[in-house]
Amino acid sequence: MRVVIAEDSVLLQAGLTKLLGDGGFEVVAAVGDAESLLRAVAEHRPDVAVVDVRMPPTHTDEGIRAALVIASQHPEVAVLVLSQYVEERYATDLLSERTSAVGYLLKDRVAHVADFLDALRRVADGGTALDPEVVAQLLVRRRADPLDRLTPRELQVLQLMAEGRSNNGITEALRVSPSAVEKYVSNIFAKLDLAPTDIDHRRVLAVLKFLGA
Amino acid sequence: MAAGPGGVYREAMSWMERARDWRPTVHALAGLAAGALTAAVLGGLVIGWLAAVWSLIDGPTGGWELAWFYVLVVLTGPVLALWAVHGLGALQRARFRAVLGVEIAAPPRAAGGGSLLLRPLRGWRAPATWRQLGYHLLAIVSGTAGGLLVVICWTAPVLTYLVVRQGQGPGAAGVVGAVLLAAVVAAAMLLVAPWVARSVAEADEAGGRALLGPSRSEELALRVESLARSRAEVVAATDAERRRIERDLHDGAQRRLVSLAMQLGMARASLGDDVPEPLRQVIEQAHDEATEALAELRQLVRGLHPAVLDDRGLDAALSGIAANAPVPVRLRVDAGARCAPAIEAVAYFVVSEALTNVAKHAGAGRAEVTVERVGDRLRVVVADDGRGGATLDPGGGAGVAANGGGTGLRGLAQRAAAVDGTLTVDSPPGGPTRITVELPCGS
Repeated sequence: MRVVIAEDSVLLQAGLTKLLGDGGFEVVAAVGDAESLLRAVAEHRPDVAVVDVRMPPTHTDEGIRAALVIASQHPEVAVLVLSQYVEERYATDLLSERTSAVGYLLKDRVAHVADFLDALRRVADGGTALDPEVVAQLLVRRRADPLDRLTPRELQVLQLMAEGRSNNGITEALRVSPSAVEKYVSNIFAKLDLAPTDIDHRRVLAVLKFLGA
Repeated sequence: MAAGPGGVYREAMSWMERARDWRPTVHALAGLAAGALTAAVLGGLVIGWLAAVWSLIDGPTGGWELAWFYVLVVLTGPVLALWAVHGLGALQRARFRAVLGVEIAAPPRAAGGGSLLLRPLRGWRAPATWRQLGYHLLAIVSGTAGGLLVVICWTAPVLTYLVVRQGQGPGAAGVVGAVLLAAVVAAAMLLVAPWVARSVAEADEAGGRALLGPSRSEELALRVESLARSRAEVVAATDAERRRIERDLHDGAQRRLVSLAMQLGMARASLGDDVPEPLRQVIEQAHDEATEALAELRQLVRGLHPAVLDDRGLDAALSGIAANAPVPVRLRVDAGARCAPAIEAVAYFVVSEALTNVAKHAGAGRAEVTVERVGDRLRVVVADDGRGGATLDPGGGAGVAANGGGTGLRGLAQRAAAVDGTLTVDSPPGGPTRITVELPCGS
């Protein structure tokens, strides 16, 4: 898979290039600011762009804004945003533009190479990857709503769904049987009043309900 | 050698002492000159203006150019007089500073406002202008009198000599008596001359301090203004410093740690089965330590001044610290429009520190953070269900020891007070604890 990297630290740019190269990705361009990123994406049409949030010139949210532009102008390019801090506000911005082929992770996660490469592949394949930290931030803002009807275990499962995990992924993470996970998931759908139509669509709706809390 | 540098120094000092004794006299003489100048300037202005007014009333005698000139004089007279009053005031303050070393601050300028036409005249509304004018009138009368008195005292021998010579009568005995009397009077006046000069200077100084400078309330107003400004600068400097540290860590140590953890992660991922167990353990441990250090540093830096606080405001910034608190936190923010950056920074800092306190001391199971706008104030409440007993008083009882809150909370209270905010603590023994901070949020 072809990747464009946008990261203003030369050190991390080199590290990421090596990491992704070793992980079977082809890094077609590595740039240091948002403008070059947009040019590189238009030129190379990569499968996925890995984008740092704080980049020149203002070092605030350039990466998020660039990711939003990519999401609207290049629907075929997946975007994984990396940052030393994650902010639920930025996550909400990203998800309001697109709910698939998008990810937002702490930079810390690159240290766990296998997990990180998994998340990147998931995003590149049209899935999502939200940092658990973002999910935790959204949780503190939870008001009294349908989510209160969920048991702690079901909330945990929903959280993992929000991070972008499949039923298999949730089974591994919680060390429970696949049938148990299926039961939790269908309970969640029922409690959130989501009609049994297309499974994937319901997953997205459940997550959105969670994020909209 | 005995009279070495020490002797020279003493000599210089005693010369300085003597010079100091002359300063009141110099001041009085300068006062005499200043009084004369004041009389000339103010008198000239008043007479010129009255003459112009009179000529206009009486009907100008010359051509129309002259009539225009009179109108010009009548119109500009008050403005010129204002300049003269302030200029002479500055001159007199300079005299005090240069001769006596007495520093008198310039009084505050008149406040702005008023119509464009009358703006040059608004100085006449300021009490300071009238006080200065009062001093100038005083300088003309008593300044001149004081100056003359000092001059007479110092020149007493010459004066008495002249008087005696003029009054030279026929009687020899009379002459001797008059000369003796004159000599005694002259000697006495010469003797008291320094005291006279000092008294005149002191009286003048009292007048100058009362009339040339700002009044007591104006002085206090100026002081409050300068204190408020310097305090705001200190608060802003603290914020800027926290921002700078955050950026430095973000661009420096944090990046290096991410890179280090990433390298160790790659090393760990590439460990084959043939790697000796001790080496594997070392690499795994190093990788774990690096990721933990990264997480700890992130937590620490997040409490400083996150970029998102400037970028998206208090509401957006609070999720991060609420989510990372060691106890479950429920966050409710309804702040409306954004406050000034300094206020948002204080509110953020208060929540961050209060949650740290809750985690450390309160033994709480959960906490709730509420931020709301009450009129033009921002109210931040941090409540927990811990054991209570927190107090602002550093010398409090056992509750403080249990809660350890004293100094930490006091720091928060000081921080709030620095932006004219208040902090109250409601924490009965046994809990629950409620810390309420109210900050001005005029925008």
